[in-house]
Amino acid sequence: MIPTQFDYLAPTTVEEALAALAEHGDDAKIMAGGQSLLPVLRMRLNAPELVIDLGRIEALRGVRDDGDAVVIGAMTPHAAVGKDPLLAEHAALIPKAVEHLADAQIRHRGTFGGALAHADPAGDLGAPALALGAQFVIAGRGGTRTVAADDFFVDLFETAIGEDEILTEVRIPKHTGWGAHYEKFVRVAHQWPIVAVAAAVRVEGGTIAEARVGLTNMGNTPLRARAVEEALVGQPASEDAVRAAAARAADGTSPPSDLNGDADYRRHLATVVTRRAVLAAAGA
Amino acid sequence: MTRINLTVDGARVSDDVEPRTLLVHYLREQLGKTGTVIGCDTSNCGACTVHLDGTSVKSCNMLAVQADGHEVTTIEGLATDGELHPVQEAFRECHGLQCGYCTPGMIMQSVDLLKENPHPSEEEIRLGLEGNLCRCTGYHNIVKAVQHAAEHGGAGQSGGKHAAEVPAS
Ligand SMILES: Cc1cc2nc3c(=O)[nH]c(=O)nc-3n(C[C@H](O)[C@H](O)[C@H](O)COP(=O)(O)OP(=O)(O)OC[C@H]3O[C@@H](n4cnc5c(N)ncnc54)[C@H](O)[C@@H]3O)c2cc1C
Ligand code: FES
Ligand code: FES
Repeated sequence: MIPTQFDYLAPTTVEEALAALAEHGDDAKIMAGGQSLLPVLRMRLNAPELVIDLGRIEALRGVRDDGDAVVIGAMTPHAAVGKDPLLAEHAALIPKAVEHLADAQIRHRGTFGGALAHADPAGDLGAPALALGAQFVIAGRGGTRTVAADDFFVDLFETAIGEDEILTEVRIPKHTGWGAHYEKFVRVAHQWPIVAVAAAVRVEGGTIAEARVGLTNMGNTPLRARAVEEALVGQPASEDAVRAAAARAADGTSPPSDLNGDADYRRHLATVVTRRAVLAAAGA
Repeated sequence: MTRINLTVDGARVSDDVEPRTLLVHYLREQLGKTGTVIGCDTSNCGACTVHLDGTSVKSCNMLAVQADGHEVTTIEGLATDGELHPVQEAFRECHGLQCGYCTPGMIMQSVDLLKENPHPSEEEIRLGLEGNLCRCTGYHNIVKAVQHAAEHGGAGQSGGKHAAEVPAS
Protein backbone atom coordinates (compact mmCIF):
# COMPACT_ATOMS: atom_id res chain seq x y z
CA MET A 1 0.00 0.00 0.00
CA ILE A 2 1.00 3.60 -0.36
CA PRO A 3 0.53 6.33 2.25
CA THR A 4 -2.14 9.00 1.98
CA GLN A 5 -1.06 12.35 0.51
CA PHE A 6 1.14 14.54 2.65
CA ASP A 7 3.36 17.57 2.29
CA TYR A 8 7.05 17.09 2.86
CA LEU A 9 9.63 19.28 4.51
CA ALA A 10 13.34 18.50 4.91
CA PRO A 11 14.81 21.24 7.14
CA THR A 12 18.56 21.49 7.68
CA THR A 13 18.43 22.81 11.26
CA VAL A 14 16.64 21.76 14.45
CA GLU A 15 15.23 25.32 14.78
CA GLU A 16 13.48 25.08 11.40
CA ALA A 17 12.09 21.66 12.30
CA LEU A 18 10.77 22.98 15.64
CA ALA A 19 9.19 25.99 13.94
CA ALA A 20 7.39 23.71 11.47
CA LEU A 21 6.19 21.49 14.33
CA ALA A 22 4.89 24.51 16.24
CA GLU A 23 3.05 25.77 13.19
CA HIS A 24 1.42 22.48 12.19
CA GLY A 25 0.96 20.84 15.60
CA ASP A 26 -0.95 17.56 15.49
CA ASP A 27 -1.06 17.52 11.70
CA ALA A 28 2.70 17.11 11.42
CA LYS A 29 4.81 14.01 11.99
CA ILE A 30 8.57 13.82 12.49
CA MET A 31 10.41 11.29 10.34
CA ALA A 32 13.85 9.99 11.33
CA GLY A 33 14.95 6.89 9.37
CA GLY A 34 11.34 6.13 8.48
CA GLN A 35 11.82 2.43 9.22
CA SER A 36 8.92 2.31 11.68
CA LEU A 37 7.02 5.37 10.47
CA LEU A 38 6.76 4.40 6.79
CA PRO A 39 5.21 0.97 7.50
CA VAL A 40 2.67 2.78 9.71
CA LEU A 41 1.88 5.33 6.97
CA ARG A 42 1.68 2.61 4.33
CA MET A 43 -0.85 0.69 6.39
CA ARG A 44 -2.64 4.02 6.82
CA LEU A 45 -2.66 3.70 10.59
CA ASN A 46 -1.65 7.36 10.61
CA ALA A 47 -2.23 10.08 8.03
CA PRO A 48 -0.27 13.25 8.80
CA GLU A 49 -0.69 16.32 6.60
CA LEU A 50 2.99 17.13 6.85
CA VAL A 51 6.04 14.92 7.23
CA ILE A 52 9.10 16.69 8.66
CA ASP A 53 12.18 14.69 7.64
CA LEU A 54 15.15 15.14 10.01
CA GLY A 55 17.44 13.34 7.55
CA ARG A 56 19.13 16.51 6.31
CA ILE A 57 20.04 17.89 9.74
CA GLU A 58 23.75 17.05 9.94
CA ALA A 59 24.06 18.31 13.53
CA LEU A 60 21.91 15.40 14.76
CA ARG A 61 24.26 12.74 13.40
CA GLY A 62 27.33 11.21 15.01
CA VAL A 63 28.82 9.95 18.26
CA ARG A 64 31.09 12.08 20.44
CA ASP A 65 33.05 11.92 23.67
CA ASP A 66 31.88 14.34 26.37
CA GLY A 67 33.78 13.74 29.60
CA ASP A 68 31.95 11.14 31.63
CA ALA A 69 29.46 10.35 28.86
CA VAL A 70 29.34 9.24 25.25
CA VAL A 71 26.78 11.29 23.33
CA ILE A 72 24.82 9.74 20.46
CA GLY A 73 23.10 12.11 18.00
CA ALA A 74 19.45 11.14 17.52
CA MET A 75 19.87 10.69 13.76
CA THR A 76 22.89 8.37 13.98
CA PRO A 77 21.98 5.24 12.02
CA HIS A 78 22.01 1.88 13.83
CA ALA A 79 24.85 0.66 11.57
CA ALA A 80 27.12 3.54 12.68
CA VAL A 81 26.24 3.01 16.37
CA GLY A 82 27.07 -0.68 16.00
CA LYS A 83 30.56 0.08 14.67
CA ASP A 84 31.44 3.04 16.86
CA PRO A 85 34.78 2.61 18.71
CA LEU A 86 33.89 5.05 21.55
CA LEU A 87 30.75 3.09 22.35
CA ALA A 88 32.58 -0.23 22.08
CA GLU A 89 35.03 1.02 24.70
CA HIS A 90 32.76 2.91 27.10
CA ALA A 91 29.22 1.57 26.63
CA ALA A 92 29.57 -1.81 24.91
CA LEU A 93 26.01 -2.79 25.79
CA ILE A 94 24.65 -0.39 23.14
CA PRO A 95 26.53 -1.81 20.10
CA LYS A 96 25.82 -5.33 21.37
CA ALA A 97 22.08 -4.62 21.29
CA VAL A 98 22.30 -3.04 17.83
CA GLU A 99 24.11 -6.04 16.36
CA HIS A 100 20.97 -8.16 16.14
CA LEU A 101 18.40 -5.40 15.72
CA ALA A 102 16.25 -5.90 12.58
CA ASP A 103 18.43 -6.61 9.51
CA ALA A 104 21.34 -4.99 7.68
CA GLN A 105 19.22 -2.87 5.33
CA ILE A 106 17.08 -1.52 8.17
CA ARG A 107 20.16 -0.84 10.31
CA HIS A 108 21.48 1.35 7.47
CA ARG A 109 18.40 3.64 7.58
CA GLY A 110 16.91 3.32 11.07
CA THR A 111 18.28 5.65 13.72
CA PHE A 112 19.16 5.46 17.42
CA GLY A 113 16.86 8.35 18.34
CA GLY A 114 14.03 7.15 16.09
CA ALA A 115 13.96 3.72 17.69
CA LEU A 116 13.90 5.20 21.23
CA ALA A 117 11.29 7.83 20.34
CA HIS A 118 9.13 5.10 18.78
CA ALA A 119 9.16 3.28 22.17
CA ASP A 120 7.96 -0.07 20.92
CA PRO A 121 7.94 -2.32 24.03
CA ALA A 122 9.71 -4.98 21.94
CA GLY A 123 12.32 -2.48 20.67
CA ASP A 124 15.89 -3.50 21.38
CA LEU A 125 17.37 -0.16 22.48
CA GLY A 126 15.18 0.85 25.41
CA ALA A 127 16.44 -1.75 27.91
CA PRO A 128 20.15 -1.04 27.27
CA ALA A 129 19.56 2.73 27.48
CA LEU A 130 17.64 2.28 30.73
CA ALA A 131 20.21 -0.12 32.22
CA LEU A 132 23.06 2.33 31.56
CA GLY A 133 21.10 5.30 32.94
CA ALA A 134 20.91 7.24 29.67
CA GLN A 135 19.92 10.92 29.64
CA PHE A 136 17.63 12.11 26.85
CA VAL A 137 18.17 15.62 25.49
CA ILE A 138 14.92 17.05 24.14
CA ALA A 139 14.64 20.35 22.27
CA GLY A 140 11.55 22.55 22.22
CA ARG A 141 10.96 26.12 21.16
CA GLY A 142 11.76 27.31 24.67
CA GLY A 143 15.13 25.54 24.79
CA THR A 144 16.34 22.09 25.70
CA ARG A 145 15.68 19.88 28.69
CA THR A 146 17.21 16.62 29.83
CA VAL A 147 15.10 13.67 30.91
CA ALA A 148 16.47 10.66 32.80
CA ALA A 149 15.84 7.20 31.34
CA ASP A 150 13.60 6.32 34.32
CA ASP A 151 11.21 9.12 33.28
CA PHE A 152 11.58 8.89 29.49
CA PHE A 153 9.54 5.75 28.80
CA VAL A 154 5.94 6.52 29.74
CA ASP A 155 3.82 3.77 28.18
CA LEU A 156 3.35 1.69 25.02
CA PHE A 157 4.71 3.84 22.16
CA GLU A 158 4.72 6.84 24.51
CA THR A 159 7.70 8.82 25.77
CA ALA A 160 8.35 12.09 27.58
CA ILE A 161 8.88 13.86 24.22
CA GLY A 162 6.11 16.47 23.83
CA GLU A 163 4.22 16.93 20.56
CA ASP A 164 6.14 20.10 19.76
CA GLU A 165 9.53 18.69 20.78
CA ILE A 166 12.38 16.78 19.14
CA LEU A 167 14.80 14.32 20.69
CA THR A 168 18.24 15.63 19.71
CA GLU A 169 20.74 13.39 21.49
CA VAL A 170 21.17 10.69 24.08
CA ARG A 171 23.95 10.81 26.67
CA ILE A 172 25.20 7.43 27.81
CA PRO A 173 27.24 7.55 31.07
CA LYS A 174 30.56 5.78 30.53
CA HIS A 175 30.80 2.24 31.83
CA THR A 176 34.42 1.72 30.88
CA GLY A 177 35.73 -1.73 31.73
CA TRP A 178 32.28 -3.22 32.33
CA GLY A 179 31.39 -6.50 30.64
CA ALA A 180 28.21 -6.33 28.56
CA HIS A 181 25.84 -8.61 26.72
CA TYR A 182 22.42 -8.37 25.06
CA GLU A 183 20.61 -11.68 24.88
CA LYS A 184 17.63 -11.71 22.52
CA PHE A 185 15.15 -14.57 22.33
CA VAL A 186 13.45 -14.71 18.93
CA ARG A 187 11.41 -17.24 17.04
CA VAL A 188 12.40 -16.31 13.48
CA ALA A 189 15.18 -14.33 11.80
CA HIS A 190 15.38 -10.50 11.93
CA GLN A 191 12.47 -10.11 14.27
CA TRP A 192 11.49 -8.38 17.42
CA PRO A 193 12.39 -10.18 20.63
CA ILE A 194 9.82 -12.23 22.54
CA VAL A 195 11.94 -11.33 25.57
CA ALA A 196 15.44 -9.85 25.64
CA VAL A 197 17.81 -8.91 28.44
CA ALA A 198 20.50 -6.23 28.52
CA ALA A 199 23.20 -6.88 31.12
CA ALA A 200 26.29 -4.92 32.14
CA VAL A 201 28.49 -5.99 35.04
CA ARG A 202 31.69 -4.81 36.65
CA VAL A 203 33.67 -7.77 37.92
CA GLU A 204 36.51 -7.30 40.42
CA GLY A 205 38.70 -10.31 41.11
CA GLY A 206 35.96 -12.78 40.24
CA THR A 207 33.28 -10.97 42.29
CA ILE A 208 30.45 -8.94 40.79
CA ALA A 209 30.95 -5.41 42.14
CA GLU A 210 28.14 -3.68 40.21
CA ALA A 211 25.38 -4.87 37.88
CA ARG A 212 22.77 -3.29 35.60
CA VAL A 213 20.03 -5.39 34.06
CA GLY A 214 17.33 -4.16 31.66
CA LEU A 215 14.36 -6.16 30.34
CA THR A 216 12.80 -5.87 26.86
CA ASN A 217 9.14 -6.79 26.26
CA MET A 218 8.34 -7.63 29.87
CA GLY A 219 5.84 -4.76 30.19
CA ASN A 220 4.58 -1.66 28.41
CA THR A 221 8.00 -0.02 28.77
CA PRO A 222 11.54 -1.32 29.17
CA LEU A 223 12.20 -2.25 32.81
CA ARG A 224 15.14 -2.43 35.20
CA ALA A 225 15.44 -5.80 36.98
CA ARG A 226 16.52 -4.17 40.22
CA ALA A 227 15.99 -7.29 42.34
CA VAL A 228 18.48 -9.15 40.12
CA GLU A 229 20.95 -6.26 40.24
CA GLU A 230 20.88 -6.20 44.04
CA ALA A 231 21.14 -9.97 44.34
CA LEU A 232 24.18 -10.05 42.04
CA VAL A 233 26.32 -7.57 43.94
CA GLY A 234 29.02 -9.27 46.03
CA GLN A 235 28.39 -12.66 44.41
CA PRO A 236 30.99 -14.67 42.51
CA ALA A 237 30.56 -14.56 38.74
CA SER A 238 29.62 -18.25 38.76
CA GLU A 239 26.81 -20.23 37.16
CA ASP A 240 25.11 -21.05 40.48
CA ALA A 241 25.23 -17.56 41.94
CA VAL A 242 24.01 -15.95 38.71
CA ARG A 243 21.22 -18.53 38.37
CA ALA A 244 19.99 -17.73 41.88
CA ALA A 245 19.98 -13.98 41.23
CA ALA A 246 18.39 -14.35 37.79
CA ALA A 247 15.47 -16.26 39.31
CA ARG A 248 14.15 -12.85 40.41
CA ALA A 249 14.12 -11.37 36.87
CA ALA A 250 10.35 -11.31 36.55
CA ASP A 251 9.69 -9.88 40.04
CA GLY A 252 7.13 -7.09 39.82
CA THR A 253 6.68 -7.31 36.03
CA SER A 254 3.41 -7.73 34.11
CA PRO A 255 4.49 -9.02 30.70
CA PRO A 256 2.11 -9.21 27.73
CA SER A 257 0.42 -12.35 26.42
CA ASP A 258 0.39 -12.71 22.65
CA LEU A 259 0.79 -15.28 19.88
CA ASN A 260 4.49 -15.67 20.74
CA GLY A 261 3.81 -16.67 24.33
CA ASP A 262 1.66 -15.93 27.34
CA ALA A 263 2.69 -13.90 30.36
CA ASP A 264 3.72 -16.95 32.43
CA TYR A 265 5.93 -18.21 29.64
CA ARG A 266 7.60 -14.80 29.43
CA ARG A 267 8.12 -14.71 33.22
CA HIS A 268 9.95 -18.00 33.05
CA LEU A 269 11.83 -17.02 29.90
CA ALA A 270 13.05 -13.82 31.57
CA THR A 271 14.86 -15.82 34.27
CA VAL A 272 16.58 -18.03 31.70
CA VAL A 273 17.55 -15.18 29.36
CA THR A 274 18.76 -13.07 32.31
CA ARG A 275 21.04 -15.89 33.48
CA ARG A 276 22.52 -16.21 29.98
CA ALA A 277 22.93 -12.46 29.55
CA VAL A 278 24.63 -11.91 32.93
CA LEU A 279 26.98 -14.89 32.54
CA ALA A 280 28.01 -13.72 29.08
CA ALA A 281 28.49 -10.15 30.34
CA ALA A 282 30.68 -11.42 33.18
CA GLY A 283 32.67 -13.50 30.71
CA ALA A 284 31.87 -16.60 32.75
CA MET B 1 4.75 17.55 -6.33
CA THR B 2 8.37 17.85 -5.31
CA ARG B 3 11.30 18.10 -7.71
CA ILE B 4 14.04 15.51 -7.14
CA ASN B 5 17.47 15.17 -8.77
CA LEU B 6 19.41 11.98 -8.33
CA THR B 7 21.62 9.46 -10.07
CA VAL B 8 20.16 6.06 -10.87
CA ASP B 9 22.43 3.34 -12.27
CA GLY B 10 24.92 5.96 -13.38
CA ALA B 11 22.46 8.25 -15.17
CA ARG B 12 21.35 11.61 -13.77
CA VAL B 13 17.58 11.88 -13.53
CA SER B 14 15.28 14.71 -12.54
CA ASP B 15 11.55 14.29 -11.88
CA ASP B 16 8.50 15.64 -10.11
CA VAL B 17 7.13 13.16 -7.58
CA GLU B 18 4.43 13.14 -4.93
CA PRO B 19 6.16 13.14 -1.52
CA ARG B 20 4.34 9.88 -0.65
CA THR B 21 5.90 8.02 -3.60
CA LEU B 22 8.00 5.11 -2.35
CA LEU B 23 11.44 4.82 -3.92
CA VAL B 24 10.58 1.38 -5.31
CA HIS B 25 7.50 2.74 -7.08
CA TYR B 26 9.50 5.62 -8.52
CA LEU B 27 12.13 3.21 -9.85
CA ARG B 28 9.64 0.78 -11.36
CA GLU B 29 6.84 3.02 -12.54
CA GLN B 30 8.47 6.32 -13.38
CA LEU B 31 11.87 5.07 -14.56
CA GLY B 32 10.76 1.65 -15.83
CA LYS B 33 13.43 -0.12 -13.79
CA THR B 34 11.35 -3.22 -13.13
CA GLY B 35 14.41 -5.30 -12.20
CA THR B 36 13.76 -4.20 -8.62
CA VAL B 37 10.69 -6.04 -7.36
CA ILE B 38 8.20 -5.82 -4.50
CA GLY B 39 7.66 -8.98 -2.49
CA CYS B 40 5.81 -7.87 0.61
CA ASP B 41 3.87 -5.12 2.34
CA THR B 42 5.81 -5.10 5.58
CA SER B 43 9.47 -4.40 4.65
CA ASN B 44 10.42 -7.92 5.66
CA CYS B 45 11.32 -9.70 2.43
CA GLY B 46 14.21 -7.65 1.01
CA ALA B 47 13.25 -8.26 -2.64
CA CYS B 48 13.31 -4.49 -3.22
CA THR B 49 16.89 -3.99 -1.95
CA VAL B 50 18.91 -1.35 -3.82
CA HIS B 51 22.02 0.64 -2.89
CA LEU B 52 21.82 4.24 -1.75
CA ASP B 53 25.27 5.83 -2.01
CA GLY B 54 26.73 2.33 -2.07
CA THR B 55 24.86 0.97 0.97
CA SER B 56 21.91 -1.44 0.91
CA VAL B 57 18.41 -0.19 1.74
CA LYS B 58 14.89 -1.51 1.28
CA SER B 59 13.44 0.71 -1.43
CA CYS B 60 9.86 -0.05 -0.29
CA ASN B 61 10.67 1.56 3.05
CA MET B 62 12.01 4.84 1.76
CA LEU B 63 10.44 7.81 -0.02
CA ALA B 64 11.71 8.88 -3.43
CA VAL B 65 12.13 12.43 -2.02
CA GLN B 66 14.60 11.05 0.54
CA ALA B 67 16.85 9.97 -2.37
CA ASP B 68 17.06 13.54 -3.68
CA GLY B 69 20.72 14.40 -4.26
CA HIS B 70 21.86 10.80 -3.77
CA GLU B 71 23.07 7.95 -5.93
CA VAL B 72 20.93 4.82 -6.34
CA THR B 73 22.17 1.56 -7.83
CA THR B 74 19.65 -1.14 -8.74
CA ILE B 75 20.21 -4.70 -9.96
CA GLU B 76 20.02 -3.24 -13.49
CA GLY B 77 23.09 -1.12 -12.88
CA LEU B 78 25.31 -3.83 -11.43
CA ALA B 79 26.77 -5.26 -14.64
CA THR B 80 29.42 -3.21 -16.43
CA ASP B 81 29.55 -3.10 -20.22
CA GLY B 82 27.49 -6.24 -20.63
CA GLU B 83 29.60 -8.21 -18.18
CA LEU B 84 27.83 -9.60 -15.13
CA HIS B 85 29.03 -8.53 -11.69
CA PRO B 86 30.92 -11.40 -9.97
CA VAL B 87 28.04 -11.86 -7.52
CA GLN B 88 25.52 -12.16 -10.38
CA GLU B 89 27.86 -14.63 -12.08
CA ALA B 90 28.15 -16.64 -8.85
CA PHE B 91 24.36 -16.91 -8.41
CA ARG B 92 24.17 -18.27 -11.99
CA GLU B 93 27.11 -20.61 -11.48
CA CYS B 94 25.90 -22.03 -8.14
CA HIS B 95 22.22 -22.18 -9.07
CA GLY B 96 21.45 -19.70 -6.30
CA LEU B 97 17.89 -19.20 -7.55
CA GLN B 98 14.80 -21.08 -8.58
CA CYS B 99 11.85 -18.80 -9.37
CA GLY B 100 14.21 -15.82 -9.20
CA TYR B 101 11.85 -13.43 -7.46
CA CYS B 102 14.07 -12.82 -4.43
CA THR B 103 17.23 -12.75 -6.56
CA PRO B 104 17.62 -9.02 -7.33
CA GLY B 105 17.41 -8.24 -3.60
CA MET B 106 19.60 -11.21 -2.62
CA ILE B 107 22.30 -10.10 -5.04
CA MET B 108 22.21 -6.45 -3.97
CA GLN B 109 22.42 -7.45 -0.30
CA SER B 110 25.21 -9.96 -1.03
CA VAL B 111 27.24 -7.25 -2.76
CA ASP B 112 26.80 -5.03 0.32
CA LEU B 113 27.77 -7.89 2.63
CA LEU B 114 30.97 -8.67 0.68
CA LYS B 115 31.91 -5.00 0.66
CA GLU B 116 31.74 -4.95 4.49
CA ASN B 117 33.16 -8.43 5.00
CA PRO B 118 35.11 -9.74 1.95
CA HIS B 119 35.45 -13.30 3.29
CA PRO B 120 32.42 -14.10 5.44
CA SER B 121 31.86 -17.45 7.15
CA GLU B 122 28.70 -19.41 6.39
CA GLU B 123 27.09 -18.07 9.55
CA GLU B 124 28.04 -14.49 8.70
CA ILE B 125 26.46 -14.93 5.26
CA ARG B 126 23.23 -16.25 6.76
CA LEU B 127 23.13 -13.36 9.27
CA GLY B 128 24.05 -10.79 6.62
CA LEU B 129 21.16 -11.96 4.44
CA GLU B 130 18.62 -12.25 7.26
CA GLY B 131 16.54 -9.41 5.85
CA ASN B 132 16.08 -11.27 2.55
CA LEU B 133 13.55 -14.07 2.32
CA CYS B 134 13.52 -16.84 -0.28
CA ARG B 135 10.58 -19.22 -0.64
CA CYS B 136 12.25 -21.63 -3.08
CA THR B 137 15.87 -22.49 -2.51
CA GLY B 138 16.12 -23.22 1.20
CA TYR B 139 19.04 -20.74 1.08
CA HIS B 140 21.67 -23.48 0.66
CA ASN B 141 22.75 -22.50 -2.85
CA ILE B 142 22.44 -18.81 -2.08
CA VAL B 143 25.03 -19.23 0.68
CA LYS B 144 27.21 -21.22 -1.74
CA ALA B 145 26.88 -18.48 -4.35
CA VAL B 146 28.07 -15.82 -1.89
CA GLN B 147 31.03 -18.01 -0.91
CA HIS B 148 31.81 -18.59 -4.59
CA ALA B 149 31.61 -14.85 -5.30
CA ALA B 150 33.98 -14.11 -2.41
CA GLU B 151 36.55 -16.39 -4.01
CA HIS B 152 36.00 -15.19 -7.57
CA GLY B 153 36.43 -11.45 -7.57
CA GLY B 154 33.20 -10.45 -5.80
CA ALA B 155 34.82 -9.42 -2.53
CA GLY B 156 34.83 -5.70 -1.82
CA GLN B 157 33.41 -4.82 -5.26
CA SER B 158 30.55 -2.38 -5.26
CA GLY B 159 30.19 -2.62 -9.04
CA GLY B 160 27.95 -0.63 -11.28
CA LYS B 161 28.53 2.59 -13.11
CA HIS B 162 28.96 5.88 -11.32
CA ALA B 163 27.73 9.29 -12.31
CA ALA B 164 31.05 10.49 -13.64
CA GLU B 165 31.32 7.62 -16.13
CA VAL B 166 27.96 8.02 -17.84
CA PRO B 167 26.59 10.98 -19.73
CA ALA B 168 23.34 12.41 -18.38
CA SER B 169 20.28 11.01 -20.10
C1 LIG C 1 11.21 -5.49 9.16
C2 LIG C 1 11.59 -4.67 10.38
C3 LIG C 1 12.18 -5.32 11.46
C4 LIG C 1 12.56 -4.58 12.59
N1 LIG C 1 13.11 -5.26 13.63
C5 LIG C 1 13.46 -4.58 14.75
C6 LIG C 1 14.04 -5.25 15.87
O1 LIG C 1 14.28 -6.45 15.85
N2 LIG C 1 14.34 -4.51 16.97
C7 LIG C 1 14.13 -3.16 17.03
O2 LIG C 1 14.42 -2.54 18.04
N3 LIG C 1 13.61 -2.50 15.98
C8 LIG C 1 13.27 -3.17 14.85
N4 LIG C 1 12.73 -2.47 13.78
C9 LIG C 1 12.51 -1.00 13.90
C10 LIG C 1 13.78 -0.22 13.67
O3 LIG C 1 14.59 -0.28 14.80
C11 LIG C 1 13.52 1.26 13.39
O4 LIG C 1 14.73 1.77 12.90
C12 LIG C 1 13.15 2.10 14.58
O5 LIG C 1 12.11 1.56 15.34
C13 LIG C 1 12.68 3.46 14.15
O6 LIG C 1 13.76 4.25 13.82
P1 LIG C 1 13.65 5.28 12.64
O7 LIG C 1 14.87 6.12 12.73
O8 LIG C 1 13.44 4.57 11.38
O9 LIG C 1 12.40 6.17 13.08
P2 LIG C 1 11.07 6.59 12.31
O10 LIG C 1 10.40 5.39 11.79
O11 LIG C 1 11.38 7.66 11.34
O12 LIG C 1 10.25 7.22 13.52
C14 LIG C 1 9.65 6.42 14.51
C15 LIG C 1 8.76 7.28 15.41
O13 LIG C 1 9.54 8.12 16.26
C16 LIG C 1 9.28 9.50 16.02
N5 LIG C 1 10.60 10.16 16.02
C17 LIG C 1 11.69 9.73 15.34
N6 LIG C 1 12.75 10.50 15.61
C18 LIG C 1 12.34 11.44 16.48
C19 LIG C 1 13.01 12.52 17.14
N7 LIG C 1 14.32 12.77 16.96
N8 LIG C 1 12.29 13.31 17.98
C20 LIG C 1 10.97 13.05 18.18
N9 LIG C 1 10.29 12.04 17.59
C21 LIG C 1 10.96 11.24 16.75
C22 LIG C 1 8.56 9.56 14.69
O14 LIG C 1 7.68 10.66 14.63
C23 LIG C 1 7.83 8.24 14.66
O15 LIG C 1 6.63 8.32 15.37
C24 LIG C 1 12.35 -3.17 12.63
C25 LIG C 1 11.77 -2.52 11.54
C26 LIG C 1 11.38 -3.25 10.42
C27 LIG C 1 10.77 -2.53 9.26
S1 FES D 1 9.19 -5.33 -0.84
FE1 FES D 1 10.63 -4.24 0.32
S2 FES D 1 11.08 -5.59 1.89
FE2 FES D 1 9.52 -6.67 0.83
S1 FES E 1 14.24 -18.18 -5.83
FE1 FES E 1 12.11 -18.08 -5.57
S2 FES E 1 11.94 -16.76 -3.84
FE2 FES E 1 14.04 -17.13 -3.94
